[in-house]
Amino acid sequence: MFSYCTEPDTLASLAWLTCYLTTGAHMSLYMSVFVVLLLIAITAPVALLFGFGGASAARSAFPPLSWLGKGYIAIVRGVPDIAFFLFFVIALDQAIEWLRHQALCPDWSEPIRQGNDFVVCQAAKMPLGNAPQWVHETYGFSLAVLTFAIVFGAFAANVLFGAMRAVPRAQLETAEAYGMTERQTFWRVLVPQMWVYALPGLSNLWMVLIKATPLLFLLGVEDIVYWARELGGTKTPRFTDYPHGDWRMWYFLALLVFYLIFTRISEVALDKLMARLTRGQATAAGEAQRKAVA
Amino acid sequence: MKSIILTTAAVALTAGMAMADGHAKTVRMGTEGAYPPYNFINDAGELDGFERELGDELCVRAELTCEWVKNDWDSIIPNLVSGNYDTIMAGMSITDERDEVIDFTQSYIPPEASGYVAASENVDIESGVIAAQTATIQAGYIAESSATLVEFATPEETVAAVRNGEADAVFAQKQYLDSLVEASGGQLMYVGEDVPLGGGVGIGLRESDEELQGKFDAAIVSMKEDGTLNAMISKWFGDDATLYE
Repeated sequence: MFSYCTEPDTLASLAWLTCYLTTGAHMSLYMSVFVVLLLIAITAPVALLFGFGGASAARSAFPPLSWLGKGYIAIVRGVPDIAFFLFFVIALDQAIEWLRHQALCPDWSEPIRQGNDFVVCQAAKMPLGNAPQWVHETYGFSLAVLTFAIVFGAFAANVLFGAMRAVPRAQLETAEAYGMTERQTFWRVLVPQMWVYALPGLSNLWMVLIKATPLLFLLGVEDIVYWARELGGTKTPRFTDYPHGDWRMWYFLALLVFYLIFTRISEVALDKLMARLTRGQATAAGEAQRKAVA
Repeated sequence: MKSIILTTAAVALTAGMAMADGHAKTVRMGTEGAYPPYNFINDAGELDGFERELGDELCVRAELTCEWVKNDWDSIIPNLVSGNYDTIMAGMSITDERDEVIDFTQSYIPPEASGYVAASENVDIESGVIAAQTATIQAGYIAESSATLVEFATPEETVAAVRNGEADAVFAQKQYLDSLVEASGGQLMYVGEDVPLGGGVGIGLRESDEELQGKFDAAIVSMKEDGTLNAMISKWFGDDATLYE
């Protein structure tokens, strides 16, 4: 990075450190911070969408839809994350390739399952075998977002399901008395009021999601914990210009600070959001807010 | 001037397309990236090591377009058989158990010794606590012995366990341990006898991928015959390393 970095072992400690912290490998570490932030930023709304869909389905009056919603919540919540991540992603990937294989290579004669092997024609590969590495990475990233969204969506669905039931019955009865249809009651009365009951549960999920990113490496996405472990590990002089002992403690300490700052910012933002959602609500906190203004 | 640039660009483009046609398939090479000198991440953040250099040379000889992919050791075989990449070059010893699930080319590193490294001379490797990486032949060997096995996901953690006293010794391929012992300044040392394990290191492939296996086998044979493989082994593993005759 800097011009004086050509012979690191001759440098004083501070200059050495500036060189060390700007190696290509460290750049990958800094990049992975953005990857993680991007993943969380995309996953959170998608998971909320899954949760909203699951919760709406679970409280549906139409039994099959209700079973679907409740089944989704029960199954995904019950399966350990790591099992889900290992099994589901490989299965999903194979399902996509199987479908493409059926569509694109109808005259393929060999079986797809050959013992342990899963073999589809080259044209059905997802992404294509000759696609550049960034396409593979983006595909892996999208699979990661989808998997995270399904897992966290199930938890969010349960939270929202509870929140929908926590809205006082009197509110809904009033809406009905005004002649609103079921759909109108749902969108105009129930949904706007449920958030205040859902937020504590959702904020928990948000905090867990922030910390769940090391699962990403199972999906081939290199997150910050992977790089901290990799860079902090012992480096011997034969393979690097910057040999050092086991520095994982310092790297994990830096991660600790990063996560603490991140969760603190989240807490402040969530508190603000909570205050905003409480305004005008028929809850104790909403009542207190009203009195404080009056 | 402009037209020259345009023509050059056009020529480059068509050449690129011709290349792409000739090598319609990119061979994706899976490795771990945490096992120096076999494979590791260098200062520039790129994959480096004996297997990187060897793999690139093999691809040139077999006229293949290759691309490297990093994968956790734990899931390196499942991801191969499900087709996420096409080969494994990750210091993986050829064993009967693995051969049931995947295929190997002939070895590109001759059968090598595994050794015990400890933080003091008087460690009991017969009945002590021995660290090894999960799903390796070394872990299998310790599990069968009378010693207590503790497994770790990465090679780094197995050595760290010895440094912080969690394990009495680490058991691994000596060529991985060599540089660590050398750099530890006397803190770490070899103890006990070396143990010859496994049938050498080979490229792991899907059992259905016989064509690719043939190409890599031929390339390995050609490198063995002209002596470039031995030179590469000496370069990365030192002059004491076992060579092909």
